[in-house]
Amino acid sequence: MLIYLKTFFFVGKDNEFSLYYVEVEENSQGGQEKQTTRDGKRRRERNGEVSRRRASEKRTTEVDTKRAEKKHEKRHKTARKEGEKHEKRQRRKNSKSESDSAPESKDNQAVGVLGSLTPEELEKLKEAVDERKKLIATMRGKPWPMKKKLVVLSCVLSQGVTGVFIISFLYYSNCQKWMKFQRDFENFKTACIPWEMKIKEIESHFGSSVASYFIFLRWMYGINMILFGLTFGLVMVPEALMGKPYGSIPRKTVPREEEASAMNFAILWDFGGYAKYSVLFYGYYNSQRAIGWLKFRLPLSYFLVGVGTVAYSYMVVIRTMARNANEEGGGDDTSFNFSWKTFTSWDYLIGNPETADNKFASITTSFKEAIVEEQESRKDDNIHLTRFLRVLANFLVLCCLAGSGYLIYFVVRRSQKFALLGLENYGWWERNEVNMVMSLLGMFCPMLFDVISTLENYHPRVALQWQLGRIFALFLGNLYTFIIALMDAIQLKRAEEEIVKKNMTIWQANLYNGTVPDNSTAPPITVHPADIPRGPCWETMVGQEFVRLIISDTMTTYITLLIGDFLRAVLVRFLNNCWCWDLEYGFPSYSEFDVSGNVLGLIFNQGMIWMGAFYAPCLPALNLLRLHVSMYLQCWAVMCCNVPQERVFKASGSNNFYMAMLLVILFLSTLPAIYTIVSIPPSFDCGPFSGKTRMFDVIQETLESDFPAWFGKMFSYASNPGLVLPFLLLLVLAIYYLQSTSKTYKRVNMELKKKLQTVSWEVQMYVQMSPTQLKGLSASSFSGVNEESSSIDEAGHHRQAGQNGRFIHPSQSQHTQNSEPPVSSTHTTTRPPASRGHTSSGHLPGHPQQPQKNSHSNRR
Amino acid sequence: MGGTSSKLPKDLLSEYQELTFLTKQEILMAHKIFSELQDRENGLYSSRVSMEKILTLPELKSNPFRKRICHVFSTSDMKDGSLSFEDFLDLLSAFSDSATLEIKSHYAFRIFDFDDDGTLDARDLEKLVNSLTGETDDTRLTGEEMRQLISNILEESDIDKDGTVNLSEFQHVISRSPDFVSSFKIVL
Repeated sequence: MLIYLKTFFFVGKDNEFSLYYVEVEENSQGGQEKQTTRDGKRRRERNGEVSRRRASEKRTTEVDTKRAEKKHEKRHKTARKEGEKHEKRQRRKNSKSESDSAPESKDNQAVGVLGSLTPEELEKLKEAVDERKKLIATMRGKPWPMKKKLVVLSCVLSQGVTGVFIISFLYYSNCQKWMKFQRDFENFKTACIPWEMKIKEIESHFGSSVASYFIFLRWMYGINMILFGLTFGLVMVPEALMGKPYGSIPRKTVPREEEASAMNFAILWDFGGYAKYSVLFYGYYNSQRAIGWLKFRLPLSYFLVGVGTVAYSYMVVIRTMARNANEEGGGDDTSFNFSWKTFTSWDYLIGNPETADNKFASITTSFKEAIVEEQESRKDDNIHLTRFLRVLANFLVLCCLAGSGYLIYFVVRRSQKFALLGLENYGWWERNEVNMVMSLLGMFCPMLFDVISTLENYHPRVALQWQLGRIFALFLGNLYTFIIALMDAIQLKRAEEEIVKKNMTIWQANLYNGTVPDNSTAPPITVHPADIPRGPCWETMVGQEFVRLIISDTMTTYITLLIGDFLRAVLVRFLNNCWCWDLEYGFPSYSEFDVSGNVLGLIFNQGMIWMGAFYAPCLPALNLLRLHVSMYLQCWAVMCCNVPQERVFKASGSNNFYMAMLLVILFLSTLPAIYTIVSIPPSFDCGPFSGKTRMFDVIQETLESDFPAWFGKMFSYASNPGLVLPFLLLLVLAIYYLQSTSKTYKRVNMELKKKLQTVSWEVQMYVQMSPTQLKGLSASSFSGVNEESSSIDEAGHHRQAGQNGRFIHPSQSQHTQNSEPPVSSTHTTTRPPASRGHTSSGHLPGHPQQPQKNSHSNRR
Repeated sequence: MGGTSSKLPKDLLSEYQELTFLTKQEILMAHKIFSELQDRENGLYSSRVSMEKILTLPELKSNPFRKRICHVFSTSDMKDGSLSFEDFLDLLSAFSDSATLEIKSHYAFRIFDFDDDGTLDARDLEKLVNSLTGETDDTRLTGEEMRQLISNILEESDIDKDGTVNLSEFQHVISRSPDFVSSFKIVL
């Protein structure tokens, strides 16, 4: 006995081991009382020598040793020998190295023991092992220093010397493999997230609001990847591989009059010439019902992919929104305004001195603001000025919007005039006027709004949302003017098409009549497909317009980036040496990263993709390319030529704002697409739906010819208004029901929150009754490992109070007599009161500032 | 154990993975960075890296609590804030993405507890606010503002009204904050 006790005192670092054996030994020799008395003696001997931490460590290990004790008692005889063997080894080990506890070396002695165990014992052992595993699993969640964790881990692993060990080893090695796999899988998953390091780097320099843009960009990239996969795999590739080759039919051939210039770069860049008559655009696709040896239904596939793209986008956006909403949870609890400002306002990711300076400034401002707000929460003399300024700002913004709307209207009217007279007579500017004006407006109006918004003096997060809303309105105006112009163009093309149709019959008649007047048996004359007259194909025109818009938009973005950010940064940097004022901190300075503008650019870009993808299957591919380049270019630009925002703020909650705008745009962009699909008849000689009166007739056709008759019949029954209307009604009812339940849940949530608050107040009242005694506690000699204290802990307070003799919690009453409860208490739930209560006034577990000599003496 | 040679033993690595919230890559990265810091220690091989060296890390350089962080995570007997590799891992684990709110708030409390007495009293809070507002005079709060601010903080979070904020009160406040977990992060 004594030897072991001594090991406990002198081993120091590995004392958990020895302690364990001490107790096992005691248990096997006698009963529980003996141990407790000895415990007491031991403690008296130590009497302040052992630090709190040590004690708490010991207690946690004891929880485990308790479990093992019973088994030891049972297997007393068999285990005894092994135990002694192990103890010797252990002591040797202790002297040899500190924590070398590789379990592999011990299994061979214990093999014999395994046979002598009964099934129940095995079960129990397994349970014990399970609990130990749980301990290992929770270990990382404990605020201990690593050394201690390692010691506890090795202790736990080597604890079962006899049967426990074997099983734990077998069991553990098995699940170690599984855990290792899981870990590797986790590692793999994190390694698979693209641009993670880049984004984190940006986050650490510029704070989370800038990073939120890049995360959004990455998310968008993922969505476009799927859209691209759909269109590429189900539409473009089948047509290119299995459809009729280029030059076989008119729609797949460049017409004769364009042939000469079809390969010119300028034409190709404008997506005319060969690009126009290729798989990239709607017009190229043939209306042949099934192509290739696979009998691939291309028109059907084209239609379904068009619908599927939109449906998938809706699904993803809404799902993401719902998830974000879940995360946001309870919402605005302003009861800890000042505390949060103090405790949580520093963004530890900031690794840039400039950002840190800005952050200091912004924190100071927010403190001052909060103090002023608190002081002047009642008197609001200044509010009139603020209100006036805000109204003024909104008025100015409205003026801007109206002005830009008129400008676009004017330009579109002009361009229609040009188009009527024939674009060939005009120069480059007249042809691209609309696009250029729109890009310029998109570039300068946000800056104007930015200037105006300084009048309003909102919190940057609110200001960002206002700014986003305004630019959104601007872009939306632009987009819809563009669409209206397109609609006009479609009408023109359709009028043209009618004429062509008429001419076509005349041309055909002439062809037959003119060349072969009377020989009806002669083979039909083969005219080269390039010479056959054809309609204007408005679908391809629409697709081309969108592609051009995307290209010009991308170019504007990149050029703005290069000139506005890079060139400016270069000039500021190098001219600063020979300039009369400080350029870096003075007027031009470096540019900030414009989160709102970039996010909106991304959203509108996506809107155009959704709108145009039906008529130009190449759009998702183009967008993918654009996003990819953007990612690298903007990451680079941000890191090399932008400075962090003056008021760094956190982006929490703004993600859903982006998503909401994306949803609005998605809805608005599907509207015109659906309108054109449903109400305008497709061109007669181009595209997969040529020859049909409406595009969606392809569904009807498939139903009739590819499915058995009864299916078509069923479908027609199902689609009759008598069934559809009740179904719609049912849907509305379901929505109403779900909405009302969610409302109820929200209310219940609020009530629960209120209840929680009242409970915590009650606890306050309890505790307030003995504040002086609480302070006295700090002198108490025990401190525990703060294991599962999460938020405020009611029980903890009861215990505190209980210790002072004021409030005696029923379950704690037996401990209240002595301030130093018995460590060896058998049930773990009534752990000594030290564990939580003391954190309030005593020392923290693992705190470096603990009684010094003890921790030293124990460590050495 | 503190012997951080050029390569990390495999079993130790897996133990570290088990005991921290870090992934394998992150541990290896941390090890690389730590070894680099160690190598700069002139000639003398030591398992610890002094606080000054640690503070040269760009991730900590501009943090107003950098010294506190070192002191909290240091297990050095000299109380000089020097970190062993394991302390360093502890630090990164507590500041990692996947660390729990509980552990983050625990360490945050100890970081803010400037005098290491286990509670945040008015002096701690004053120091804390001063660290947050920066060293320069134009950003510093005036005495009156400071007094007002501290009394407001205590009014909100000092639930038992003993004039100090203790750990459970602190965790109570922190656990409701929407931003804490996302901002209490350090990424190497």
